[in-house]
Amino acid sequence: MIAVENISKSFDGRQVLHDISVEFLNGRTNLIIGQSGSGKTVLLNSIVGLHQPDSGHIYYDGRDITVMSKKERTMLRREIGMLFQGSALFDSMTLLENVMFPLDMFSDKSYKERKARAMLCIDRVNLLGSEYKHPAELSGGMQKRAAIARAIAMEPRYLFCDEPNSGLDPKTSLVIDKLISEITHENNITTIVNTHDMNSVIGIGENILFINNGAAAWQGNSKEVLTSNNKMLNDFVFASEFSKQLRQDILANIH
Amino acid sequence: MIRKMLQSLGEYLLLMARTFQRPERMRMFLKQYYKEMMALGINSVGIVLLISLFIGAVICIQIKLNIQSAWMPSWVSGYTTREIMMLEFSSAIMCLILAGKVGSNIASEIGTMRITQQIDALDIMGVNSASYLILPKVAALVSFIPILVTFSVAAGIVGAYCTAYLANIITPADLTLGLQHSFTPWYFWMGVIKSLFFAFIIASVSSYYGYNVKGGSIEVGKASTSAVVSCSVLILFSDIFLTQLLS
Ligand SMILES: Nc1ncnc2c1ncn2[C@@H]1O[C@H](COP(=O)(O)OP(=O)(O)O)[C@@H](O)[C@H]1O
Ligand SMILES: [Mg+2]
Repeated sequence: MIAVENISKSFDGRQVLHDISVEFLNGRTNLIIGQSGSGKTVLLNSIVGLHQPDSGHIYYDGRDITVMSKKERTMLRREIGMLFQGSALFDSMTLLENVMFPLDMFSDKSYKERKARAMLCIDRVNLLGSEYKHPAELSGGMQKRAAIARAIAMEPRYLFCDEPNSGLDPKTSLVIDKLISEITHENNITTIVNTHDMNSVIGIGENILFINNGAAAWQGNSKEVLTSNNKMLNDFVFASEFSKQLRQDILANIH
Repeated sequence: MIRKMLQSLGEYLLLMARTFQRPERMRMFLKQYYKEMMALGINSVGIVLLISLFIGAVICIQIKLNIQSAWMPSWVSGYTTREIMMLEFSSAIMCLILAGKVGSNIASEIGTMRITQQIDALDIMGVNSASYLILPKVAALVSFIPILVTFSVAAGIVGAYCTAYLANIITPADLTLGLQHSFTPWYFWMGVIKSLFFAFIIASVSSYYGYNVKGGSIEVGKASTSAVVSCSVLILFSDIFLTQLLS
């Protein structure tokens, strides 16, 4: 479990995160949703320690990352897998080398065992057959899957995904969402996903935090999103006329 | 302006402190080291040979046709060519050229890794990104530069002989006499020692510019230009001090 307590963050005097407190659950896909520019990336980066928050605490199963020494933080990071918005694969390496990289760096296993583990991860994301291609030769969806394979290579306890669906078509997005959700449940990982994709919210959201202008505005699961009367949340999730109509229909069915 | 320079210097020193740490995995370091040796060293051999060959030839022609006169001994052209190549060209001038080639390459490679979050990805994995990326580059260039200096001197001399054999501007005998006239091995080592410093400047300063890119592809371009300019200026300044110190 990751517990965030009273996190605030400013850039150049402009406050981006306002006193956010939230708990992200173990073995669940936790979502952070909100408009573009609402501070999702800053919140996620603060949680993993890429930004130092101005105030507040972040506990990884009781271990406070905000007061850790550099060394402790480095050790904690070996339990973290992260999926960046642009995949961030190393473009000088093949897919296999990318997935093997964290193992090469931190694992004392033999080359054969490391390769076997990497191939297992590549198989898990259905990319067998592409392991000797470079990132530039992969499609957007394949790059995302490759990044997932790299993120899970070290069997992380925590998985962070920053907009895993950005730039993907709806069908590919579903594949990625499903993959993240399955991997989370299979390995009992604490997963946090940043998204503004309504399909993800309804599809895989088990514990959803809605942030609006850098402040926590609502929290619940995907069913509660449908029935919530929070005006800001509804305006965000059901932005189009079509989806507003859809919501009305669903609500009518429930009652 | 001065404050900004001091700030950059501070950032640079902090980055170097993070860079010069024991690599987490020796086998990863050696893999990178080998790769950088190829990319920065071997790939520069061609341009170094080409330029040195022509400069050696041109210096020889200039001295012979425009400076040498009847009252000077006949070895002057060969002697001057050798000393210019060894003392300045193959260390300082060649490193200025390499600053353009290698420096911009390093800055744009690391800068692109920065804006595409590849460096963040390294940090998140718990890898010391500065050490992993920069140390192999510095080590590779510094350890390869003596070879480039040697090649450069040799190519310059070959260039001088070309003017003798192909263009008959100077007799081979005069040239050989001049090239062997009061040879001081220390001059060669002086060039090598200077080049070690210059190689360090090129690799580390360019890495600094690349590592601190913020923004997009335009900033990567700017960082690459700034890296070349800064490296060149630093090489010129340090050349003066090093030459004073070593002479
Ligand atoms: N490094 C930074 N420096 C200054 N401002 C930043 C920085 N990172 C993000 N911001 C600002 O913080 C706000 C939230 O950004 P972000 O978290 O990226 O939004 P999103 O929810 O789309 O991920 C934006 O207004 C952005 O301009
Ligand atoms: Mg974002």
